[in-house]
Amino acid sequence: MIEFAGSLLLNLAYFAAFLAVTSLVVFPFYYAVLSSADRGEDRTGAGLFWNIMFWLVVVLICLIAIFPFYYAILTSLETGTAIFRVNYLPESFDLRNYESVLGGRSFVRSVLNSVFIAATTVIFALFLAVTASYALARVRFRGRGLLLMTILAVSMFPQIAVLSGLFELINWLGIYNTPWALILSYTIFTLPFTVWVLTTFMRDLPVEIEEAAIVDGATPWVIISKVFLPLLWPALVTTGLLAFIGAWNEFLFALTFTVDETKRTVPVAIALLSGASEQEIPWGPIMAASVIVTVPLIVLVLVFQRKIVAGLTAGGVKG
Amino acid sequence: MTTTVTTAPGARASGKEVSLQQQRARAAFWFLAPMLVMLVIVAAWPLFRSIMFSFTDATSDTIFNGQSEWVGFENYLTWRVRDNGEVRWRGVLADPDWWNAVWNTVRFSLISVSLETILGLLVALVLNAEFKGRGFVRAAILIPWAIPTIVSAKMWGWMLNDQFGIINNALMALNIIDTPIAWTARPDTAMIAVLIVDVWKTTPFMALLMLAGLQMIPRDMYEAARIDGIHPVKVFFRLTLPLLKPALMVAVIFRVLDALRIFDLIYVLTPRSEGTVTMSVISYLNLQQFGDYGEGSAQSTLLFLIIAVFVLLYIWLGRVDLSGERSK
Repeated sequence: MIEFAGSLLLNLAYFAAFLAVTSLVVFPFYYAVLSSADRGEDRTGAGLFWNIMFWLVVVLICLIAIFPFYYAILTSLETGTAIFRVNYLPESFDLRNYESVLGGRSFVRSVLNSVFIAATTVIFALFLAVTASYALARVRFRGRGLLLMTILAVSMFPQIAVLSGLFELINWLGIYNTPWALILSYTIFTLPFTVWVLTTFMRDLPVEIEEAAIVDGATPWVIISKVFLPLLWPALVTTGLLAFIGAWNEFLFALTFTVDETKRTVPVAIALLSGASEQEIPWGPIMAASVIVTVPLIVLVLVFQRKIVAGLTAGGVKG
Repeated sequence: MTTTVTTAPGARASGKEVSLQQQRARAAFWFLAPMLVMLVIVAAWPLFRSIMFSFTDATSDTIFNGQSEWVGFENYLTWRVRDNGEVRWRGVLADPDWWNAVWNTVRFSLISVSLETILGLLVALVLNAEFKGRGFVRAAILIPWAIPTIVSAKMWGWMLNDQFGIINNALMALNIIDTPIAWTARPDTAMIAVLIVDVWKTTPFMALLMLAGLQMIPRDMYEAARIDGIHPVKVFFRLTLPLLKPALMVAVIFRVLDALRIFDLIYVLTPRSEGTVTMSVISYLNLQQFGDYGEGSAQSTLLFLIIAVFVLLYIWLGRVDLSGERSK
């Protein structure tokens, strides 16, 4: 016991030291950023130094954010021995990795599986979430706060905690190793997420619109479908997109509830992509497959940039 | 004219007020019912069954045919007194592998979330400053966030490769190391590899959440501070940080809860590494690889309890208005 407490204290000390060192290292960068507004056109040596530091931070952020993906593209265009030579700039343009990935039947099949599963899950979740979030955002009733917290808690609890129970349920329903197993299990995180985000969006719609509709004798259903839905389109697109990304990226359930190569989703297909022998990892095709599934996502995210940021902060939940 | 129009329906409505409220409450119930039923089916019931499995000796052979037997707390903790009086403890709570997983999870969560907070705040401050190319930086940091976790695990797995990886190549070129490091394979560096990838992938998310918080702070306050000649560092600690605290707390809580359950990155980047096995991973290995549903479910139930306690503690302390109800 004493031994345990001792090692705990020691590790806490390590952690404190780690935090202190990190803060010390980061502080100059913080300073450069914090003082950037004050400095303006400071032409003294110190001003110049901190300006350079500020731009160094900016360049480092961009470089670190972009480089791994850039390097994946670069690797995906190399085959043979070129792949094992480290190079920082593009040297070859060889599409054979892409050919081998797209030529093999199972990968294309995985992409189609993923699209179908993610799209169905999202449509289903949005359908249930629109009415539910109206009730949560617009109608006052007892226990509303508690219900909201419960829904949030569901989206936060560990997926592994339901795995064996869900496995039993899926087996009982006879949908093991089919897309429906994944559509059902993905509801566990897409539904709370969409309800949560749509509730925050709906709360912000002006009361006057609803009151006017009520005065005109509109029923709650009419209010949702005729009054709120047209206003909610942007929110629905954002929420749907975020939920889609979540379903597209899911790994644990997809790994557990599918066995056949033709039933896999993209993340499982990439994780299990193997070469001719056990030892030989086919890095070229893996990178090509990674690029293929990531480019559409990045394009989507960049196109819907502003909306996604709004949706993320409204939800505060991981995407 | 307008007053008569608005008061007339109001006067009539007062008689129907009660029925209108009732009608809305009834509608609310029916609007919520499908979602709640669905959540019970996919979340509450499987959770209940998983917890039940943790009290049985279910294996992959007996899980579906109901032949598993109730064993009480045997999966968690049990003891046997041997003939010589020696007590032997068994079960998850007496299993050093489990405690290793707990330790890995705690270590990972603490370090990754603090790094992501420190770096995320820096990125948020950069995005909140005014400079040319801000839009480009914001677009750039969305890239790691958009890349699927499995893909980032593979990308970094390649970059961290011992023989052909660019990281070893760069570090050797800079004379920081003299022999290549097998980052993902060595038990002492596997956790570092996982942390690098997780921080890279999740810092943008933290930054965006904190940026939203920063943008809520009125610009005039900074103006006032600048006119008064207050040092920017002091402004940061006295003004920015306190006002950012609610947004910061929410972001940190979400990240901690997320870090505690990490599975996919570790399972793909450092498979079967003692140094990185977390609670989710060890539970998964027991369930799927070894077909031990009793023990695996016991482990997943313990993880669930830890996370539940965490959530309840935060709600109970009342520090954070997660649902946004009170601010309305």
